Amino acid sequence: MDATDLRGITTLLVMIAFLGVCYWAYSSKQKKRFDEAAQLPFADDDKNDINNDSDQEKSNHE
Amino acid sequence: MSTITEHPTYNYDIVRKFAIMTVVWGIVGMSVGVTIASQLAWPNVMYTDFEWLTYGRLRPLHTNAVIFAFGGCALFATSYYIVQRTCQTTLFAPGLAKFTFWGWQLVIILAAISLPMGFTSSKEYAELEWPIDLLIAVVWVSYAVVFFGTIVKRKAKHIYVANWFLGGFILTVAVLHIVNSMAIPVSLTKSYSVYSGAADAMIQWWYGHNAVGFFLTAGFLGMMYYFVPKQAERPVYSYRLSIVHFWALICTYIWAGPHHLHYTALPNWTQSLGMIMSLILLAPSWGGMINGIMTLSGAWEKLRTDPILKFLVVSLSFYGMSTFEGPMMAIKTVNALSHYTDWTVGHVHSGALGWVAMVSIGSLYHLIPVMFGRKSGDMFSTGLVNVHFWLATIGTVLYIAAMWVNGIMQGLMWRAFNDDGTLTYSFVESVEASYPGHMIRAIGGMIFLSGMLIMAFNVYKTAKAPRPATTAGTEAVA
Repeated sequence: MDATDLRGITTLLVMIAFLGVCYWAYSSKQKKRFDEAAQLPFADDDKNDINNDSDQEKSNHE
Repeated sequence: MSTITEHPTYNYDIVRKFAIMTVVWGIVGMSVGVTIASQLAWPNVMYTDFEWLTYGRLRPLHTNAVIFAFGGCALFATSYYIVQRTCQTTLFAPGLAKFTFWGWQLVIILAAISLPMGFTSSKEYAELEWPIDLLIAVVWVSYAVVFFGTIVKRKAKHIYVANWFLGGFILTVAVLHIVNSMAIPVSLTKSYSVYSGAADAMIQWWYGHNAVGFFLTAGFLGMMYYFVPKQAERPVYSYRLSIVHFWALICTYIWAGPHHLHYTALPNWTQSLGMIMSLILLAPSWGGMINGIMTLSGAWEKLRTDPILKFLVVSLSFYGMSTFEGPMMAIKTVNALSHYTDWTVGHVHSGALGWVAMVSIGSLYHLIPVMFGRKSGDMFSTGLVNVHFWLATIGTVLYIAAMWVNGIMQGLMWRAFNDDGTLTYSFVESVEASYPGHMIRAIGGMIFLSGMLIMAFNVYKTAKAPRPATTAGTEAVA
């Protein structure tokens, strides 16, 4: 095995890693936790901050 | 997450300190920038025998002040704010956080003294001599302890994407700084790098480009992922895209450094690798930009009335522009024209003024009122924020347009040769031809700086204004 093989293998591994991240990020299993995480900037809003949409209020301030 | 109804009293004291110093160092750093731009435009007026104020010594002072003093304080302020609010907990090790503030200010002051005196390691963006480098390393490790400690003690279940970017930035900058600054001291004020030759150049630009990629990009993207949704009052366009954005960006940026060393003693394959990785970098950069801008979808009308949102969205537009320009300039044949010309300077400032400064300014306008017991974004004068927005935008456009014209002209003049093989133009002819561009650049810089002065006034008035009765006391001051 020479350097060219190593480069080829590296390219392949990086590609698999990238596709893996994409697959993981877009799999429906993760949807719920990502939706929750996306609301985090609004999770600690109180009356001092600008009020957000009522559905955000519901999901974060039950 | 649903169990959390009360948030703790956040440590805003440290955020407030860093936020105010961001404005102060912004004015200082940009004033030095305007000074050296004027030295280039009007050398006969600005000429000085006093060596402390010569271009060669003030230029590193300018770059260090705007990147590490202005940009650094902005990153400290916003990261301490974001990490507390998205983790719903107070800062870990508040004493250590305080140390990061005073330590960082000491670094800045030592830089402001030692650089004009001529003490330099001569590594670009890492000019500071070894005792200051040691102090930076200690402050930075403390910063990492405070930041990651806060994430560990978080009350929220998830780690918000902004914290991933900020964490990536903190970790990588620690590695970059420590590796690139390895040196053997020969006296208190002089040291020699442990690297030499082409390896030294490669380490330097691995550091230099990732200072751009992680300090000036990943850190400020963390800012973007918090303040754009917050100011637009809606969650980020695609959280999934933000995760792909994060991993793709950090995995690609680290390889792009060799494009600073095209046509040098660096092995050719390394140059080509740097070029390819720089081109690939367009994808994650634009993915992130689109994710930020699309966060406004359905709320575009807010742009008409909210100058803070204008700052944030225009910063993303400049980010998109400079991350298109960057990969293009990394192509070797384009680089043959652009390298060593003012085009590079224009490219840097399209990122530095248009992206880094404008996203920081927008974020500061959002959080500074909170520091003084007001609603987020509730500055003393929204009209003045709008004036600042236009001054910043016009200043940046004048600056970068002048540098594009100058850069392409210089590149073409330097490569022109006559039929007999002699050069068509002497170097000084290209300098002479650059005068109009240098003048417009200095004026653009002055306009941008005047916006910062308006910001300082607005921040001062916001701090001094009596607190609105409805909010006083509830947003507790730590």
